[in-house]
Amino acid sequence: MSHAVHKDYAGAKLGMWLFLFTEILLFGGLFILYAVYLARYPQDFSSGGHQLNVVLGGTNTFLLVTSSLFAAMALTAIQQDKRLLTLRLIGGTILCAAGFMVIKYIEWSSKIHHGIYPGSASIVKGPPGESVFFSLYYLSTGIHGLHVLIGATLLGVVALRVKNGTINSTDYVILENGVLYWHLVDLVWIFIFPLYYLML
Amino acid sequence: MSTAEDGRLMAERGFWTDTGKTGIGAWIFSTDHKRIGLLYFYSVLFFFLVGVILGLLMRIELMAPGRDIMGPQTYNALFTLHGVVMIFLFIIPGIPGAFGNMVMPIQIGAPDVSFPRLNLFSWWLYAIGAVLVLTSLFTGGGAPDTGWTFYVPFSAKSATNVSLALFGVFVLGFSSILTGLNFVTTIHRLRAVGMTWSRIPLFTWSLYATAWVQILATPILGITLVLVIAERMLGTGLFDAARGGDPIMFQHLFWIYSHPAVYIMILPAMGIISDIIPVFSRKPIFGYKMIAFSSLAIAAAGSLVWGHHMFTSGMSDTAVLVFSFLTFIVAIPSAIKVFNWVSTLYRGSISLDPPMLFALAFILLFSIGGLTGLILGAPATDVHVHDTHFVVGHFHYVMFGGTGFAFFAAMHYWLPKFYGRMYRKRPAVIAWCLMFIGFNVLYMSMKVLGMRGMPRRYYDYLPEFAQLNLVATVGSWILAAGLAIMLVNLFRGLFRGEAFTGNPWGGATLEWSTTTPPPTLNFIKEPVVTHGPYDFKALADDSPDGMPGDGRNQ
Ligand code: HEM
Ligand SMILES: [Cu+2]
Repeated sequence: MSHAVHKDYAGAKLGMWLFLFTEILLFGGLFILYAVYLARYPQDFSSGGHQLNVVLGGTNTFLLVTSSLFAAMALTAIQQDKRLLTLRLIGGTILCAAGFMVIKYIEWSSKIHHGIYPGSASIVKGPPGESVFFSLYYLSTGIHGLHVLIGATLLGVVALRVKNGTINSTDYVILENGVLYWHLVDLVWIFIFPLYYLML
Repeated sequence: MSTAEDGRLMAERGFWTDTGKTGIGAWIFSTDHKRIGLLYFYSVLFFFLVGVILGLLMRIELMAPGRDIMGPQTYNALFTLHGVVMIFLFIIPGIPGAFGNMVMPIQIGAPDVSFPRLNLFSWWLYAIGAVLVLTSLFTGGGAPDTGWTFYVPFSAKSATNVSLALFGVFVLGFSSILTGLNFVTTIHRLRAVGMTWSRIPLFTWSLYATAWVQILATPILGITLVLVIAERMLGTGLFDAARGGDPIMFQHLFWIYSHPAVYIMILPAMGIISDIIPVFSRKPIFGYKMIAFSSLAIAAAGSLVWGHHMFTSGMSDTAVLVFSFLTFIVAIPSAIKVFNWVSTLYRGSISLDPPMLFALAFILLFSIGGLTGLILGAPATDVHVHDTHFVVGHFHYVMFGGTGFAFFAAMHYWLPKFYGRMYRKRPAVIAWCLMFIGFNVLYMSMKVLGMRGMPRRYYDYLPEFAQLNLVATVGSWILAAGLAIMLVNLFRGLFRGEAFTGNPWGGATLEWSTTTPPPTLNFIKEPVVTHGPYDFKALADDSPDGMPGDGRNQ
């Protein structure tokens, strides 16, 4: 049927943008809680924030921004019909994502090792604001980390499709949407990082 | 009807037969929006009936004071399940999922929605979410007993299987988001030539406004449910006052979604009514632009009023006043719609066919529900009736008397188009009559009981409430009898009724211009739209033989 092969690029991108709105609102719920509890416990939030490792967080920010750059370059590459370059750039993006997750793992495990996690003995006994701070920290970075995994998987699938040619220089809207999603993952981190690591 | 004619009709069963695919796989893996719409319709109807049975059981328990057929824990589980099923499995996905899918693409002259596979996926998410919710009843600590609102701290502490139910609702929310996203894109991108924004039928307009609410509000519910699950599983304490958290924050987040969600429930219903009233009054709709605009206004203003559910929760007085004021503001666009419908009726040539009767019932019942809503929106009166049966009466008037009756109107209006067969009208009218009476007996009694102080969510009550509770329960039986007659008559008609091919109601929107039942890609020839959705005069000019619209696709 003729309609089945019909492709509406503008429609596909509109759909993706709408989906990105929903993701922003999802994190929005967490940011609202952050704002309310920060106003209530400024002191505890500050002392909680100082316990986070700015170097690790900063490295992760660098990794994600770089990965976003790679992703954007992959899009240009496919537009210019450079398939191998596209694949390499997507590979670079995924590698950065993996690096991000490894650092996240190191960060989390050292915190957990020091007994800082929701419901731990020291957190329960400590000031209530700090308990709230670390719960929010784990939830925000955890849900964000989940998005990193989803985004990287998505880009992996996209890479396979670039390889077998379903995504090519005339038909690349899936890659474009994948890249849009990746930018969102990056963008959310760009908010999480200063709010938790720098500002307090 | 002769057998030969019957045979010809069978050969021309449109999307039912023209792909040549049969069997269950041709349905649950179909990307045809009409098939997905019917899948939604039957799933939603099934859960509606489940919910009705639970409601009837609760009413039997409340028939007389004391323990009648169940204990308190069972009653708690029943109202929770009844609420969850009715809200998340019937009324939110109901009209967009079933009739939106079936009708909207045809109304704008499109061959399908923008993302047909995503559409199928959203039905699957619905099915998975439904299974998860149902599984939560029989596993873990037993059926959830928190009420459909899942308020902390109880939902964080209850030993019943709340987490699974929450996760099920989370999945259902995702399904709702995908439907909304699909509809917004479809309405922007796939309108036929000549289908300008001011020619879009009002049902599609209402779906458009609804879709935005689905997209923008549902993620907040998603994160809130995740937070409660985390509260239960990881002990995050974000809503636990003893750990520095704030349970009121849960209520805020919950209602930031759940108040806009009532517009997901009511806006498509209003759209159905706006499409039906002009057809059966043989008059263009009065104030097309105002109705379309008021849908958007309701969607926008409605996202700022969630606090009216929390007047007694301990907000600041300023917040109470602001939320109350905004609540009264939302009443304005709702009233605009009611006035426009009534003005459309004025001096129309009204035919009281079943869809019209349900539409008229909608106007009355919704108005009663809406006006009692203002009693709840005014803080001074709300503190008296908050958490009483008055609230229960109010929201049944809006959700059941409003959206439920609009759903029935849509069933009687559109389903014959998709089956190519007509039901008998007399039994439908009798059923309507019974339901209308039963409904008012049932829920008006609840409102009065609430005014007198009977709280909600209790399996027992003081003896002085006995009489009206008995009346209410009898009302629920009348309602149920009407419902049964309605469904039996409708489905007998759809499967065995008289076949037809034309435009039975004389509608001027595009779905009536295509063949009956519509073909898989909706139109044999791509339609070109030359007049507005309620332009019955242009329709008559199109085809003088009394088969309006047939001549339009050339
Ligand atoms: C024959 C039909 C129905 C009957 C007999 C019925 C009856 C009831 C009863 C007795 C309650 C509990 C009152 C209490 O103790 O608090 C209730 C609650 C409720 N009903 Fe219905 N109902 C029916 C249909 C519907 C429909 C169609 C909807 C929505 C579309 C609906 C939505 C709800 C909700 C959301 C609650 C609140 C549950 C909670 O407290 O968590 N009901 N209903
Ligand atoms: Cu509300």
